[in-house]
Amino acid sequence: MNPPCRFTPRHTLHAVLLWLMCFSALPLHASAQSPAAPAEARTGAVPAAQPSFEQLVQQLPGGSLRDRTATINQLSNQRDERLADIFNALLAGELLADKDTPPTIAIRSGEQLTDALTGTALSDSTGLRRIPVNNNLRTQLRGQVAQLHLNHSDTDKRYAAVQRFIRDGVNADTAALLHAHQELEESDRVQGAITTALAVYRLQSADSGIRQAAINELSGSLEQEARNALRGIAANDADPELRAAAAEAIESIQGRIGFYRFVENLFFGLSLGSVLLLAAIGLAITFGVMGVINMAHGELIMIGAYTTWGVQVLFPNLIEWSLLIAIPAAFLITALVGIAIERGVIRFLYGRPLETLLATFGLSLVLQQAVRSLFSPLNRSVSSPEWISGTLTINPVLSITYTRLYILIFGLLVFFALMLVMKRTALGLKVRAVSQNRAMARAVGVRSSWVDALTFGLGSGIAGVAGVALSQLTNVGPNLGQAYIIDSFMVVVFGGVGNLWGTLVSAMSLGLINNFLEPYAGAMLAKVLVLIMLILFIQKKPKGLFPQKGRAAAD
Amino acid sequence: MLTQRLLLSDRGGMVVLGLVVLTAILVPILNLVVPTSSPFYVSNFTVALLGKFLCFALLALSVDLIWGYCGILSLGHGAFFSLGGYGMGMYLMRQIGDRGVYGHPELMDFMVVLNWESLPWYWQGFDMFWFSLLMILLVPGLLALVFGWLAFRSRVTGVYFAIITQALTYALMLAFFRNEMGFGGNNGLNDFKEILGFDLAAKTTRVGLFVASAIALVLGYLACRYIVTSRMGRVIVSIRDAESRTRFCGYQVESYKLWLFVFSSMLAAIAGALYVPQVGIINPGEFSPLNSIEMVVWVATGGRGTLFGAIVGAFSVNYAKTFFTTFSPETWLFILGALFVLVTLVLPKGIVGLLGHVRRKGDKS
Repeated sequence: MNPPCRFTPRHTLHAVLLWLMCFSALPLHASAQSPAAPAEARTGAVPAAQPSFEQLVQQLPGGSLRDRTATINQLSNQRDERLADIFNALLAGELLADKDTPPTIAIRSGEQLTDALTGTALSDSTGLRRIPVNNNLRTQLRGQVAQLHLNHSDTDKRYAAVQRFIRDGVNADTAALLHAHQELEESDRVQGAITTALAVYRLQSADSGIRQAAINELSGSLEQEARNALRGIAANDADPELRAAAAEAIESIQGRIGFYRFVENLFFGLSLGSVLLLAAIGLAITFGVMGVINMAHGELIMIGAYTTWGVQVLFPNLIEWSLLIAIPAAFLITALVGIAIERGVIRFLYGRPLETLLATFGLSLVLQQAVRSLFSPLNRSVSSPEWISGTLTINPVLSITYTRLYILIFGLLVFFALMLVMKRTALGLKVRAVSQNRAMARAVGVRSSWVDALTFGLGSGIAGVAGVALSQLTNVGPNLGQAYIIDSFMVVVFGGVGNLWGTLVSAMSLGLINNFLEPYAGAMLAKVLVLIMLILFIQKKPKGLFPQKGRAAAD
Repeated sequence: MLTQRLLLSDRGGMVVLGLVVLTAILVPILNLVVPTSSPFYVSNFTVALLGKFLCFALLALSVDLIWGYCGILSLGHGAFFSLGGYGMGMYLMRQIGDRGVYGHPELMDFMVVLNWESLPWYWQGFDMFWFSLLMILLVPGLLALVFGWLAFRSRVTGVYFAIITQALTYALMLAFFRNEMGFGGNNGLNDFKEILGFDLAAKTTRVGLFVASAIALVLGYLACRYIVTSRMGRVIVSIRDAESRTRFCGYQVESYKLWLFVFSSMLAAIAGALYVPQVGIINPGEFSPLNSIEMVVWVATGGRGTLFGAIVGAFSVNYAKTFFTTFSPETWLFILGALFVLVTLVLPKGIVGLLGHVRRKGDKS
């Protein structure tokens, strides 16, 4: 989302070079210019028929509005990286100039002033005046900016440019422009948007046959502007048949939008579910398999999140890799903390679940306060690597953030990895044996205390891994764990204690229920309703969705 | 006969109650009669603080009654305490009348801000003190009745019960945070003016509330003592020690638990109702699960299963909390956390158990 950092050095270099050029007696601009700069703008010292980019920009403040129109037209023929910024600033009334010859042209954004040509920061604002524009000029500029964007290398920028065309109204000129561009366009998404734009243009046609064709074309489009244009036809068109056709088209679009909204809700619900799954799955091990109530589980998640932050602070150059480093690091650290908790406290409290609950709650307070004293009570900022940020736009109404997508996948991966550990490894076998019948397991030679410590370490380690994932979604602060502890317990209890599949199903269903209730009830009330539903559910089925059966269930 | 049963057979209780009565007599005198310059003068701040502690002691008593005697660990007793507090808060809000910031004769300030036209139905009647008192008892009692009936009937016990009570208070906290609930949202109810016509800022009113809390504590103690020494008390203890066996002996375990739970919730609600006028505010933060779990620690520290132990625990932990949050707020959570761990690992019977242990050792030597 934020500009990729690897471009920064080059920009700085540019700026420095340009700055040096300004001081040099010979204005050899071209040497500092981007390779895209046209050859004829090589030097400003030679009086040429084609003025250089710099000269044109410096011409902007002078002369009448008509001269300015001509200058803008000339400028737009030059392909220069700085052009978009200058036009945008001019459009917003943020392009300033002073009375010197040649004038200094500055772009103002907020409090900050930058030289439009050199890109350096200006500290002195005396003498700088706004370059005036009128409405005609603005329309012209808007078109130019959109066109600049239309040729941009970034698909998103091109797409936004087409959208802007549709919003500002497509006229014959822009339609021709878009038509020409459509043949060059590679992205399907932008192609679709251009088709919509052209169809919206044809809706204005005097020929009802063309309008009819345009309506047909638009009936599949999900663009907001297409709907607006169709609404206009449905309300105002002279031909009643067309009005009906437009209304029908809107209805079919609404149906499709409804479907995509549903898919989006489904995805967000599953994404929330995967967060719950990650938070609860470690608990499912310690609570479900060992019967230990670990109220410090949330704090273990928090430690995992802080580990991510720590990795990023220690290796600031490896932000792209930070998550991959943090996952094993967080697992190890929290697993060690977990084993320490088990050896130090819980070991003495087996068979007394209520006491375990209180003692681990005390530990959670100590851990929270420790983090608060060691780091700070404020939230730490954890940055996201580039590959995890951004959105996957499937169509205009459905877009998915990569973060959530990756966390969903990651949650499932962790779940299945844990399943494998429990079902396919020697440790898993021993854990299940001890949890089913401790005395018998000991009798056949399982070191139960060792298994307890490792199981607790495993559950805690997974909490740490969950923390790494959560650091990408929420604020990393001392209270991170508290927010998840009650939800995680609910997931485990709802799913059925001692049943990992139950945890998966219950996490996903709670996520979905919460997400589908939210639009109707609001975020807070949805949460309250889910909690009440759970409380009632536990009364009905005290052992959860998938209760353990047989001898192991007896407690 | 009754004195014998309630008091004389309970030496620790007699000592603790004696101390409570002594404070209830001495503090008002030292606050009202003794001149400010005297070294024996008890400041208003101390009166308010002790009054708060008395309410906490009553609350601890209610937790001890179900946890210490019946083995029901409720991590949601803060909910009943806060509901009682909100009941009293609503009465006090109605007493403000048109003296609010917006000067509306009937609506509270926060309702005016929300552009409400009229008083919601659940605020009706709270201008009458007797009605408010009734609601302070009935609402938490009813909640406990419904919740307990559902839970005990399906034999939700132990840890599960603890977790769903925690979810209960958490859900209530989230609900009360919403402005649309009509309980002042985030800010809760505050800025009270008077109670029963007495100015809340006046010294005498504060002392009156202090004495009322002390009386409530003594009465609450005697009531709890009456219950645990009765036949019902024996059944309750046997439910704690062997629930299935008690059931097989033919006792209706669920109804015993249910009535005890309801009684305890009402006790907690009274504590909340006395607490609110003394601190002058009630907000959804009181519902937070941390508060509820802290109450359990008071009882554990004092000594679960002895009623006076709950009072000792409430006073000592809260005194420590006041001390540490004033002198070094950083360390308080460390100490509270360590207290949780130490009490469960080393002192399962709390301070009272430790004292008894020391005394027995002294007797032997």
